[in-house]
Amino acid sequence: MTETLRGAPAMVDHEAVIGLEVHAQLLTRSKMFCGCPAGYVGAAPNENTCPVCLGLPGTLPVINRRAVEHTVRTALALNCEIPHFTKFDRKNYFYPDLPKGYQISQYDLPLSRNGHLEFSLDGRRVRCGITRVHLEEDTGTLHHAGDVLQSATSSLVDYNRSGVPLMEIVGEPDLRSAEEAREYLVRLRQILMYIGVNDGNLEEGSFRCDANVSVRPRGSDTLGVKVEIKNMNSFRAVQRAVEYEITRQITVLGAGETLHQETRGWVEARAATVSQRSKEHAHDYRYFPEPDLAPMVLSVEMVEEVRHTLPELPEARAARLVAEHGIGADDAGVLTATREEADSFERLVAAGVPARLAANWQVNAVNGLSNAHHVPLWESGLGIDGLAALLRLVDAGTVNQTTAKELLEELYLGGGDPGAIVRERGLGQVSDAAELAALVDAAIEANAKAVADFQGGKEGALQAVVGHVMKATKGRADAKLVNRLLRERLSG
Amino acid sequence: MSAAPETLAECAAALRAGAVTAVELLERSRARIAALDPQVNAFLSRTDDLADRAAVEADRLLSAGTPGLPALCGVPVAVKDVLCVEGAETTAGSLILRGFRPPYTATAVQRLLDAGAVLVGKTNCDEFAMGSSNENSAYGPVRNPWDLGRVPGGSSGGSAAAVAARMVPLSLGTDTGGSIRQPAALCGVVGFKPTYGRVSRYGLIAFASSLDQVGPFALSVEDAATCFAAVAGHDPLDGTSSPTSVEDPLGGLREGVDGLRLGVPHEYFGEGLDPGVRAAVEGALEVLRSLGATLEEVSLPTTDAALSTYYVIAPAECSSNLARYDGIRFGMREDRGSLLETYLRTRDAGFGAEVKRRIMLGTYALSSGYYDAYYRKAQKVRTLIADEFSRVFERVDAIVSPTSPVPAFPLGAHSDPLSMYLLDVLTVPVNLAGLPGVSVPCGLVDGLPVGLQVVAPRFLDARALRIAHAYEQATGWRTLRPASVEAVAP
Repeated sequence: MTETLRGAPAMVDHEAVIGLEVHAQLLTRSKMFCGCPAGYVGAAPNENTCPVCLGLPGTLPVINRRAVEHTVRTALALNCEIPHFTKFDRKNYFYPDLPKGYQISQYDLPLSRNGHLEFSLDGRRVRCGITRVHLEEDTGTLHHAGDVLQSATSSLVDYNRSGVPLMEIVGEPDLRSAEEAREYLVRLRQILMYIGVNDGNLEEGSFRCDANVSVRPRGSDTLGVKVEIKNMNSFRAVQRAVEYEITRQITVLGAGETLHQETRGWVEARAATVSQRSKEHAHDYRYFPEPDLAPMVLSVEMVEEVRHTLPELPEARAARLVAEHGIGADDAGVLTATREEADSFERLVAAGVPARLAANWQVNAVNGLSNAHHVPLWESGLGIDGLAALLRLVDAGTVNQTTAKELLEELYLGGGDPGAIVRERGLGQVSDAAELAALVDAAIEANAKAVADFQGGKEGALQAVVGHVMKATKGRADAKLVNRLLRERLSG
Repeated sequence: MSAAPETLAECAAALRAGAVTAVELLERSRARIAALDPQVNAFLSRTDDLADRAAVEADRLLSAGTPGLPALCGVPVAVKDVLCVEGAETTAGSLILRGFRPPYTATAVQRLLDAGAVLVGKTNCDEFAMGSSNENSAYGPVRNPWDLGRVPGGSSGGSAAAVAARMVPLSLGTDTGGSIRQPAALCGVVGFKPTYGRVSRYGLIAFASSLDQVGPFALSVEDAATCFAAVAGHDPLDGTSSPTSVEDPLGGLREGVDGLRLGVPHEYFGEGLDPGVRAAVEGALEVLRSLGATLEEVSLPTTDAALSTYYVIAPAECSSNLARYDGIRFGMREDRGSLLETYLRTRDAGFGAEVKRRIMLGTYALSSGYYDAYYRKAQKVRTLIADEFSRVFERVDAIVSPTSPVPAFPLGAHSDPLSMYLLDVLTVPVNLAGLPGVSVPCGLVDGLPVGLQVVAPRFLDARALRIAHAYEQATGWRTLRPASVEAVAP
C-alpha cells in the first residue's frame, strides 16, 4: 500500500455508518411476567418484587397482554410487519441483576420486523430502516458500595426493575452522522410518547440507547469494523459519543492501525469512549425457545384493533395543522412536539381562537412560562380554557397584547377568569379615537425632540411618542390606532 | 392381615363412616414412617404442624357431617421435594437448596390441600429429579420396600416407596422422562403421568420445563384417578397449563376395555428387555385380550432415537433452569470474594455429579456452533416422535407396553451413567410427545414388581386410567405387599 494514504487520513474521505438499538420500558401497570407494579421510581429497594420476578425456584412467567399490545402499537407506528406467529426465547448469562440466570427475550421470531422511521433534517428526508421491535424483560439494578464497581467491597441488588416490560427497537445501519443519530432518537422517542407506550425518560433509563458505529471509505458498500457504544444517558451524550467515535475510528485507520470489534462505554467526564469488552470475550447467550411460555399467535383482529387505537403521529399531525389552519411549518413542528401540546393547540382553535394567534402565543409566551415553571399549560391553573378566554379577548380587541401577556403571567399558575379581571380592573383596551386624540396631542407636545427627529426622517423616533401614550393609558391604548393617529397628525 | 384402611378409597370410607379419625390416620402414618423410614429413607422432611392443623380441621368437617366433603378430606399424603410448600423446607434433593423455605405453595399441592389432604411431609428424590434410581439424592438413596438392597427407581423414588410401604396412601411425584411411572413399576404401585399441560407446574422446581409433569402415586388406579381429578385443570399461574376442561377420570373409570384397540409397539419388546418382565407384560396383554380388548402390533420406529433426543432437550432446558442457583438470593452460598469465584464455588459445592453432567451436556448442546447439530435437530426429532404417536393413535385407542425394561436393581448396579439412561427407553418417548401414561402393577419377577404401561392420546388421560383400572380389577397384583410392610404392624 502507499505510504501517502496511510500517513494522510484526511486524504481518504470516510463515511460513518451508524445503527441504534433502543430499549424502551413499556408503560404498563404490571410487570412483563408477574403482577408486580412496573413503576419503581420512588419505591423502596425490592419493594415491588414477588417470587416470579425474583426468579425463585418453581415460579413461572405469565405474559402481560398489555405489553404485547404496546409492542404491536409501536411496530405499527414504525411501519413494521407483524408476523402471525411469534415466541419468546431465553438469553442465558450469569449476573446478579438477572435473577433467573436468563432473560426472557425474543430471538429469531420477534413480534415485528422490517419497518422504517422517516424524518426531516436540514431540509433533507432521512429514512432509517427498523430491523425489528421485540419484547423482553428488564433486569434488576446493582448498587455498588461507594458507587464505583472497581473499588466496591460489596454490592446490593434491587429487583424492583426486574421483569419490567422492555421493548427493544433495533435500527438498521442507515444513519450517516451523529446529527442523524440524534434526530432519529428524538423522533423515535416522540413517537413512543405519542402512542403512549413509553415515558421517554433518558436520565432515569426508561428510554436507553446503544449505538453501533463503523466507518468506511466513502463509496464503499462493505461495512467497516463495528464498535458498540454504551452508557449514553442523553441525546447530547449520544451525539457527542458518536461524533467522538467516528473521529477516533478515522484517526486509528489513518494511522495505519486496525480497529477491533468491541464494546466501548461513553465516559461523560472524559468526553471519550473507553474500551469495555472485546469480541473475544463476547457472550454466547445460548438462545433457545422459552419452554415456560407457549408461542403467541397474533390474530389479524387483534392487530387491527390495536391499529384502530393508534393516534395521528407527529409528522402527519404537523402537516395537517399547516394545511388545515394555515400556520407555519416551524410552529407546527413545535406544536406537535408532544401529543398534549398538539391537543392543546387544537382545543384553543376549537374554542374560537384564530389558529395563527393561538400558535403564536402557545409557541412563544406559553412555552416560556411552561418551561420556567415546569408546569405545562394543560396542568396550569389557567388551563386551556382560560388561555382560550384570554386570547378571545385579544382577538376581539378587548385587551391589547401587552395587557394580555401580563395577565397570562399573572394567571398562569393560579388561574382566574380573564374576562372578569379585565372588567374589574378596567384593563380594556382604549380604542376610542376621540379619547386617544387628546392623549396623542399631549404626547406630541411633550416629545418635541422625538417629533422633530421623526419628521427629519428618523422613523424609529416615533416609538418614544407612542410609548408616551401607552404610559398615559397604563398600556391599555390600542397601539395600532395610536400609531395611525400620530402619523395622521404629524404628516398633516 | 390388618383391617386398617390403606388405600385412599378405604381411608375416605372409614373416615366418613366414623371408623377412624383423620388424626388417627395421621398418627398411623407417622408410626409407619417412624418404623420403616430409617431403612427406606423415603422422607426428606416432615410438615408436622401443617399436618396436625389439617387433620384437626378435617375431623371437624367430618364430625360436623358437612355435605360435599372434599375428596381427600383427612387423607395423609406426601409430596416430592421438588414441589414447593409455603414455609416448608424444599430442597429438590440438592444441597444447593438446603434450608430453602419457599414463600408459596405449588398449585398441585395447594389443590391437594384444598381437597382436604393432610400433608405429612416431603419425599426424597434424585437431585432436581435427575436420575432413574434415586441414588442421586444429596440426602442418601431411597431403598425399595420390596428389597432394601435395591433401588426404588427414580427420580420420584421417595414418593413411590412411601406409598409402597403404606406410609401414606397417596403421594405426588413428577415425571420428566419416566420419573413417576418407572419408580411406580419398580415399587409395585400405580403411578400416573398426566398429559403435559394438564396439571399446573407452578411451584414445581423445574428440571426440563417442556417435559415436566406432576402426577400421583397410589395403591389403586381409582385412587390415582381421584387424586388426578383433584389436582388437574388450568392454572392462570402456568402459561403452559391447558385451558381445556378436564374430562372426569372417575366417570368412565369402570367402562372396561371391551372393544378397545390396544397397540403393542414391537420396538418396546426388543433387546434389553428382561425376560421376566417380558413374560409378566405378555401375561397382562392376554388379560386385556380376555377382557375384550383387541391387541394390534404397531410400530414406533423412532423409539431408538427418543433417548438421545431426550438427553439433548432435557439437559439443555436444565442447564438454563438451574442457572438461578447462583448463591445470590437464596440457598447455599460459598462466598469467595469475587463474583465469579462465588458462582463457581457455590455451584461446585451445591450440585452433585449427575446435575453437573447434565448442565454441561445442555450447555454444550445450546452453544453457538452446536445448536443446530444438537438442540435444533433434537426438536425436529421430537416432532417426528409426536407425529408417529399421532399416526399410531389413528389405528389404536391406546398403547400398552412394559414400563421399565428391568425390575428393581441393586444399589450401585448402574454406576455408568449411560447404562442408567438406557433404562428410560420405554418412558421417555411419552414425555417427548406430551402423552398421558400410567404404570400399573402386573406381576412379580423373582419377588420384584413389574409395571404395565398404558399410554393414551393427549388429553385422553381418562382413557389411560380406564384401561389400567380394567386390568387392575381383573387381577390381584395390587393386593400383594412388600415383605417390609408385613413386618411392621400398622
